[in-house]
Amino acid sequence: MSGTRIAERTADRTNDFVIKIATVNGTGSASANGLLMKAIFRSGVPVVGKNYFPSNIQGLPTWYEIRVTRDAHRARHGNVDIMVALNAETYARDLTEVASGGYFIYDSTWPRASLTRRDDITVLGVPLARLCNEHFQGVRTRILMKNICYAGVLAALCNLDLDIIRTLLAETYAKKPQLVDANMQAIQLGFDYAREHFSCPLPLSISKMDATRGHIVIDGNTAAALGCVYAGATVGAWYPITPSTSLMDAYKAFCERLRVDAASGRKNYVMIQAEDELASIGMVVGASWNGARAFTATSGPGISLMQEFLGLAYYAEIPAVIFDIQRVGPSTGMPTRTQQCDIHSAAYASHGDTRQVCLYPASPEECFYFAATAFDLAERLQTPVLVLSDLDIGMNDWMCPEFQWDESYRPDRGKVLDAEQLAKIERFWRFYDHDGDGIPQRTLPGVHAKGAYFARGSGHNQYGGYTEDAHDYQLVVDRLRKKWLTAAHLVPRALIEQDARCEVGIVSLGSCDGAVREARGQLAARGIHTNYLRVRAFPFGEEVEAFLQAHRSIFVVEQNRDAQLRSLLILETGVDKARLRSILHYNGLPIPASYIAEGVAAVIAPARPTAQLVG
Amino acid sequence: MSFMPKPKVTYPQLPQNALGLTRRDYEGANSTLCAGCGHDSITAALIEACWALSLEPRNVVKLSGIGCSSKTTAYFISGGHGFNSVHGRMPSIATGASAANRRLHYIGISGDGDTLSIGLGQFCHAIRRNLDMLYLIENNGVYGLTKGQFSASADVGTRAKKGEINQSPPIDPVQLAITLGASFVARSFSGDKPQLVPLLQAGIAHRGFALIDVISPCVTFNDHEGSTRSYAYTREHYEEVVHADFVPPAEQIAVDYAPGATQSVTMHDGSRLLLRKVAEDYDPTDRAAALQAIQQHAARQEFLTGLLHAGSGQADFHEVNATPDQPLNALPYERLNPGAQALARTLARFR
Repeated sequence: MSGTRIAERTADRTNDFVIKIATVNGTGSASANGLLMKAIFRSGVPVVGKNYFPSNIQGLPTWYEIRVTRDAHRARHGNVDIMVALNAETYARDLTEVASGGYFIYDSTWPRASLTRRDDITVLGVPLARLCNEHFQGVRTRILMKNICYAGVLAALCNLDLDIIRTLLAETYAKKPQLVDANMQAIQLGFDYAREHFSCPLPLSISKMDATRGHIVIDGNTAAALGCVYAGATVGAWYPITPSTSLMDAYKAFCERLRVDAASGRKNYVMIQAEDELASIGMVVGASWNGARAFTATSGPGISLMQEFLGLAYYAEIPAVIFDIQRVGPSTGMPTRTQQCDIHSAAYASHGDTRQVCLYPASPEECFYFAATAFDLAERLQTPVLVLSDLDIGMNDWMCPEFQWDESYRPDRGKVLDAEQLAKIERFWRFYDHDGDGIPQRTLPGVHAKGAYFARGSGHNQYGGYTEDAHDYQLVVDRLRKKWLTAAHLVPRALIEQDARCEVGIVSLGSCDGAVREARGQLAARGIHTNYLRVRAFPFGEEVEAFLQAHRSIFVVEQNRDAQLRSLLILETGVDKARLRSILHYNGLPIPASYIAEGVAAVIAPARPTAQLVG
Repeated sequence: MSFMPKPKVTYPQLPQNALGLTRRDYEGANSTLCAGCGHDSITAALIEACWALSLEPRNVVKLSGIGCSSKTTAYFISGGHGFNSVHGRMPSIATGASAANRRLHYIGISGDGDTLSIGLGQFCHAIRRNLDMLYLIENNGVYGLTKGQFSASADVGTRAKKGEINQSPPIDPVQLAITLGASFVARSFSGDKPQLVPLLQAGIAHRGFALIDVISPCVTFNDHEGSTRSYAYTREHYEEVVHADFVPPAEQIAVDYAPGATQSVTMHDGSRLLLRKVAEDYDPTDRAAALQAIQQHAARQEFLTGLLHAGSGQADFHEVNATPDQPLNALPYERLNPGAQALARTLARFR
């Protein structure tokens, strides 16, 4: 990417700008926001959607941000070009957020002179309330229609195709066709008003592309839930907690469609709403011990409550799959804001010498595919697997390549001895390392008398018996250590993009991925070239160690205050910690690319092109 | 609870059950509890009940939490799977296990600390879900493993070994279970095997949640003068109100009862429970009346025993969840995987 091209792009803002809509939660604006995002996507133009909502049912400020990105970036931009301000309470703050040269749209039914005090932006007043009051009856309808009317204003200003919007409405309200006309009428009101009063379209406009074919728009929780259905999970136990609840809701909805026996009406799954997270993880452990693929979804506070059972499952070697949709901590923190702050509490969950297998998906598509990976690993390794998603991935809409299912997939149930195998052996030793990989054999209750053993969290020897013997205890925990080393070869490898000539490395994980990729482009344009490793699992594979050793200067990018990934790398690899610099973003909003680019550029001087090439 | 296999001695004259197994086949590891512990008597009653029911040992799942009581799962049916989980959380393990495989017999063994203090929440919710299991409380009013602290079932005024008097009112699992809608609630005494064995049989055969609270004196920390959980106190202050006799499906009723004195309850597997009223005015099918009688006796620090409440008609966990007859853990992946085409159809609304 050359410097001139950057300049050109800055000039041409077609399909490259950010719309932010400020409303009040509980007033129906979510459907208009989703409609707008989807309409842009259907125009073939890549989009990023971010929902900033309060931990509240109704009446508090909420924002929705749509980034139109012809280059298909996946991160939040950070700037706002068009602010649709529909919440008078946040006018002042919303006004300051608009980037120079941008637009501020507000409901001029109640004109505000104070909103014109910025002379570097354009303020557009649209009397949304008046328009809707004139054309619709009833308070509730008027509010709902006002919150769809602005979609029409934006359609006119940004050159959105009304036919696409109509089609989307028809799909949404397939069962209530009368709503299509009402909504369309409101949209047309806004559209016509904007056409009449403003010069449309703005320079910030949509021009149809063909860059979304083969893609879908989906959130990570829905994707993970679908992944669980395809992975063959039959038992889901959970305690409701933001931002993980929608994962279980989606699992239930998918199962009702895909897992109910048509003839008998019987359900090939069980959903259990537990009394708390101590119980939900207990149910998952109980079901997994008994041979079902079982999972739960939770967030940080739930992970805290699950610590004791996670230790039991680690030591008694019982599979379990836990989706942790991370949110801002500590304590209750900010439940509707995003962070990557459970890296530590997940990696070493529970008391004693415990270490837990973690997966770090970066997108909804990885949430989908990692579901089967998580169950396979949990059963292969006979241990809990924590999938660390976050609110940004879990609850925001992401454009993703459409998921595919490999029909040849068969679940890896691990070393479970069946009745035939048990009949042949003389004695079954539950915790004995037959294969030298640290993974013992396992049996399920009711299969064969020889398979019976006692699962326990108290000290046990390699045969499955209770022990308080120093040597016997240590044999088992040493084998668990060996199993951990095996795990490092089985978990998804880190993804690496590198050029041997480059000495600056970026290490990151999860939802930072989009921002890191975009930042690398921005840095390259400034002459700073970087290599990139995205950690996808814990334990770390050898490739992580190799990458760290190969770079003189490494930036660890993550979304928490205490540099948890960096600490984990220092603890678990031989890297000299002085070489690891942190770029930390932890205010609850998803990290933007510019934040990373500036963090790197503040330390690294641009390389001269020749020096870089000779390296 | 160490692993000490007992030498198998075969006596041809030992009685065999329908599976051709003797009582020996239902034994477990040697108990490591104190000599004279009430829990060991309960273990003996369990062995008798499981043998009499001809349960296939491998189909018995023994679940427990932490504490002296929770150790007893190791002392019977070594041919069955056991799970000694974490303190107070056995019900959640039982819930998950039952969800995965509805065909096994789930026997949960807990204590008064494990159930009524740390595990009170999970205990209540297992009842609400009407899990198909036998939940046994070995209730001694005291924390044994940590040397004699009061538990939540300790009566007001009862004296600890070191002299302290308990002033907090007890939680009665029987009253609690009846209040929460449990359909099988019994109380017994570890020293009354003729009463306990048929109750255990009935509790195992019962579809849904069966609670048996067994007063089981702690010989080491709670068997002294001034304790209301000692052997002596228990023998003096317990009153059997309803005696339950268990009749397996194929058997004729052999015992001759005076007409009107018994009530027959047919269980889902065809076995019957003959309830013999010892106290004439006690009706175990009347929830409110049962609670009232229990409370009146509790106020005098006496306890009623027997099958204190028998309800009927409640849907169990699997009926509520409409699961298939085949256990979920046995469903082949082909029936669980909706397939690539269904995925494409499902994703259509995200395009």
